[in-house]
Amino acid sequence: MHKGLLIDFTKCVGCGACADACREVNDLPQPDPAGSPPQDLDGSNYTVVLTHEAAGKEPLHYRKLCMHCEEPACVSACPVGALTKRPDGPVVYDSGLCFGCRYCMTACPFQVPRYTWERLAPVVSKCILCYHRLDKGQEPACAAVCPTGATRFGPRDVLLRIARERIKAHPELYVNHIYGEREGGGTDVLMLSPVPFEQLGFRTDVPHKALPDLTWVVQEKIPNIVLTGGVFLGGLYWLVNRRMRLAKDSERPCEEQDQ
Amino acid sequence: MVVDAEVLKLELRKRLTPGWFLVGIILLGGLIIAVRRFACGLGAVTNLSDQIPWGFWIGFDVVSGVALAAGGFTMAFIVHIAGDKAYRPLVRPAILTAFLGYIIVIVGLLFDLGRPWNIWRAIFWWNPHSVMFEVAWCVMLYTTVLFLELLPVVFEGLRAEAPLRMMRRIAIPLYIVGIILSTLHQSSLGSLFLIVPTKLHPLWYTPMLPVLFFLSALTVGAAMVIFEAFLSSKLMKRGLELELLSKLGRYLAFIDLFYVIVKVQDLGKRGAWGHAFTGSYESIFFIVEMLLFILPLFVLFNARARMQRSLLFTSALMVVLGLVLNRINVSLVGIIRGTGGSYFPNWQEFWISAFVVVAGALVFGLITRFLPVFPKEEAEPGKASVA
Repeated sequence: MHKGLLIDFTKCVGCGACADACREVNDLPQPDPAGSPPQDLDGSNYTVVLTHEAAGKEPLHYRKLCMHCEEPACVSACPVGALTKRPDGPVVYDSGLCFGCRYCMTACPFQVPRYTWERLAPVVSKCILCYHRLDKGQEPACAAVCPTGATRFGPRDVLLRIARERIKAHPELYVNHIYGEREGGGTDVLMLSPVPFEQLGFRTDVPHKALPDLTWVVQEKIPNIVLTGGVFLGGLYWLVNRRMRLAKDSERPCEEQDQ
Repeated sequence: MVVDAEVLKLELRKRLTPGWFLVGIILLGGLIIAVRRFACGLGAVTNLSDQIPWGFWIGFDVVSGVALAAGGFTMAFIVHIAGDKAYRPLVRPAILTAFLGYIIVIVGLLFDLGRPWNIWRAIFWWNPHSVMFEVAWCVMLYTTVLFLELLPVVFEGLRAEAPLRMMRRIAIPLYIVGIILSTLHQSSLGSLFLIVPTKLHPLWYTPMLPVLFFLSALTVGAAMVIFEAFLSSKLMKRGLELELLSKLGRYLAFIDLFYVIVKVQDLGKRGAWGHAFTGSYESIFFIVEMLLFILPLFVLFNARARMQRSLLFTSALMVVLGLVLNRINVSLVGIIRGTGGSYFPNWQEFWISAFVVVAGALVFGLITRFLPVFPKEEAEPGKASVA
């Protein structure tokens, strides 16, 4: 059963504990404490906490991270299976297999995977839903440390039910949209927001269907192309060759030709 | 001794034309940038970013490169399967070009891949769902097939009769396998972009991408053969089979027209023509791309115009440029806006591409000098034959 996260922006206070914990458990470099916090995902940030300011309204805090699609485009795109979808939900990456074609980055409809361009052995960088913690029966670090319950870990169907109930109970608080319920055929990370998601920079043009199907309809035809192509080309060669041989034969004076 | 130095000086002056000087600069600079690429990483020599992870190397060296190698399987089909033996003299140069084209693609890929030392893993770790998996296998297999298709040339050069006979026996199955692999490979490069419906501009995003890539590869296959025949006749001082090339120009006209019709209809069916005339940079790139495919039709369908060297050459060149522009549009220009990123190639990306192409052309020249790639020319008075 897929597990995932429910992230409720109305409950987020922007403390950044999730991002700190994430860097810590995933051995990512800590940012310079004097500098401003990272404003986008990058090679050393699997998640970021951002703030949306609108005139006359309280600043809104929200998170960005890998959505952990139910049928991930990146997993279908990876030629060597360096990206895999675990049965319990996380989309994980094995740099030992990766040869760095970056098709996963091109394919991701949420534009999540990042690359460590400056490194000599670059890696794809994205949230792995703390699968190493899940294996030990722990929650992902971000959910474990969240002081307000804005990020919550659980089975996807349970989280989805909670999200629906929250919208139903407080329609004045939320936009009527659970981001991730249908996007890309559904994701294991679900998000609730008081303002439309496109205003926060989320892609709302992601098709409501699994993207791997778009390429699979072509890929599944390969055996057929090989077979029919082989028969067609072989047959054509045989026909043409035979006609040329016959034409050559008929040019040659030959006694038996009229038989 | 004094005489020797003077002769040497004269000889050098004769050889060191501006053209060769430029070639030397490109190769030397390319080597330096190549070292930088592997010593300092992709970030140091490219303008790639998390938004635009595929740049000029993928758009030109790889995606265009494969298409420009399409002359090999196109000519193999016309001559050996469809049996139009008139074109026979064009087959070997086309297959050599295809082989070197694929080597260029592979070298270009090694520059572009983040972890090229892991490339062999594609052989053992399979993900048949991935278009990139198909691409990787097609590159490996077709390069091998092209090498085998070229072996007879080597054996002929060495006058090794026994292996030559053996290669002749498997020639036809090899050509068939090569054509099938090419069909898969050309189309799969289009399929790569089926998974980016929200990023690729509607002028280019269509479920027909694999079909369009295949048809345009067939088109450019013929155009490249014509284009190269002109180049090699100029650079290597060979004769030009104008009549034959003009005939091939007629084939080019039909397949080009067919491609244009399919493309025009596809845009119509998707209601995408509105995007073509908005004045956006995408629309301009698109219009230029289409014109490069359409304008040559006026020459190529005219038997008399087709027999004029300059017109035939220009038409073929336009189709080649149109193809390159199309591939760059699909893999780069049409994607930039959809990702919200920005990209213009770093000068070092251009340089490496030039480096790889120039090196490939030099190897082509070397091979044709020592192996019987081109048909023997009819003895021209006062011209020594090149062994």
